[in-house]
Amino acid sequence: MSNKLFPITVTVNGVEYKREVEARLLLSDFLRHDLGLLGTHVGCEHGICGACTILFDGGAVRSCLIFAVQANGHEIRTVESLGTPENLHPLQQSFHEKHALQCGFCTPGFLMTLVPFLEENPHPSDDEIREAIDGNICRCTGYEKIVEAVQDAAAKNSQAK
Amino acid sequence: MKPVNFDYYAPSSVDEALDTLAELGYDGKVLAGGQSLIAAMNFRMARPSALVDLNNVPELSYVKPTEDGGLAIGTMTRVFDVEHSAEVIKRFPLLIEVSKYIAHPQIRRRGTFGGAIAHADPAGQLPSISVLMNMQALIKSKGEERWVDGQDLIIGPFMTVIEPHEMLAELVLKPWPARTGSNYVQVSRQSGGYAQSAVASIVTLDENERCKDARMVLMSVGEVPILSQKAGEILVGNAPTREAIEEVAELAVTTEIDPATDLHATADYRRSITRVLVVRSLTEAVERAKRGG
Ligand SMILES: Cc1cc2nc3c(=O)[nH]c(=O)nc-3n(C[C@H](O)[C@H](O)[C@H](O)COP(=O)(O)OP(=O)(O)OC[C@H]3O[C@@H](n4cnc5c(N)ncnc54)[C@H](O)[C@@H]3O)c2cc1C
Ligand code: FES
Ligand code: FES
Repeated sequence: MSNKLFPITVTVNGVEYKREVEARLLLSDFLRHDLGLLGTHVGCEHGICGACTILFDGGAVRSCLIFAVQANGHEIRTVESLGTPENLHPLQQSFHEKHALQCGFCTPGFLMTLVPFLEENPHPSDDEIREAIDGNICRCTGYEKIVEAVQDAAAKNSQAK
Repeated sequence: MKPVNFDYYAPSSVDEALDTLAELGYDGKVLAGGQSLIAAMNFRMARPSALVDLNNVPELSYVKPTEDGGLAIGTMTRVFDVEHSAEVIKRFPLLIEVSKYIAHPQIRRRGTFGGAIAHADPAGQLPSISVLMNMQALIKSKGEERWVDGQDLIIGPFMTVIEPHEMLAELVLKPWPARTGSNYVQVSRQSGGYAQSAVASIVTLDENERCKDARMVLMSVGEVPILSQKAGEILVGNAPTREAIEEVAELAVTTEIDPATDLHATADYRRSITRVLVVRSLTEAVERAKRGG
């Protein structure tokens, strides 16, 4: 067994990075430690909590259950790609207005799960929202406010159109 | 970094993957979606010395109709893509019904159809469904291939007949006859959690509403998925009445299953909910068969 390094080229939030990684480096650790993108949170590292959810070629997946070397040639989006504090993404704005977060630890995972979900389901029912987030744990909010925030974002989006 | 060091190979074709597996022998392990394997490596429960990653082998991902009206599914097809395949929706509604109980949406995006079956988790849905439907498994190794019946693939908890130098390549699903209904029911503590008990069934009726075929699998109540013999023995040739279905349930939970007591449920509780689930699943499968599937 070797500590061999593998060269990878990964596009994260539109920026191309070239790095060398050990095969055992998790994508979540690569994002946080190698690229300094601390928005992706790490809770359990075995797929249960959903805090580490990112977009891999557009689909929401667990970054703790993918090796960084497997991201070679792929496109990643993290929560840093959404809004800025001055200019929040519409879903972030709705989370803010509806009090859909308290400590905020789970929030990046919820956002990265729900952004593509809302693109595919612009008018979701409460049940559909609950199904979409059944892989994200929140210890603070009790989920009600999160569902409300998603409905709020969906309503504002259809008004804007 | 949580997992131990390992050698990593990312072949770009099936032949290259099989060459690598042949060279590595007992040291090699296939990496599919990683949704079970990487989790186990993060715990250091799994410490493979070399991984052969199949994610760069596009020829292993497909859902293709077969000549007889069934489907062939490539092992690396993501569960998400199976769940959203029009071909699957049309032919095998059971796979759609069961999918939403498998883990969580983000895990189904990455986890693969063949990987879930090869993992042979006694609490996993797809291993049980592969037994129930008797999916034909194509197993390849360098210069060779063999077919194994779904019923013979799984030989123990997390154990299959697939050897370290081999890989599962494809699963073939035979078409269902007309007037076939199916159903999946489970009890779990929370959405996306592993089932404490689950039952899947497939029933085919004749023109006189008698059972032509009745198959049922019981999950999470033994070391492997349990294919019930009782459902066929009692129902085939007869009308699937409430009494007959209750008799299947009674015999199945007293003679066919061997549930364990663990953190998630006691053996008695598992037996008791299994009896209810058998009745529900067979009753619903019969109703759906009457409506044409
Ligand atoms: C939080 C969480 C909850 C989950 N809940 C459920 C659930 O409720 N129900 C359920 O069924 N599953 C559940 N899973 C497991 C999930 O469905 C996995 O995707 C699946 O068990 C394994 O598929 P994979 O493609 O990720 O395989 P991997 O994790 O890559 O591999 C699993 C095993 O199969 C072997 N293998 C894989 N492909 C092949 C092949 N082609 N040939 C030979 N060997 C192969 C690997 O070597 C490994 O030993 C859960 C997982 C997590 C993390
Ligand atoms: S850290 Fe990845 S799911 Fe919890
Ligand atoms: S806001 Fe604290 S865990 Fe969700």
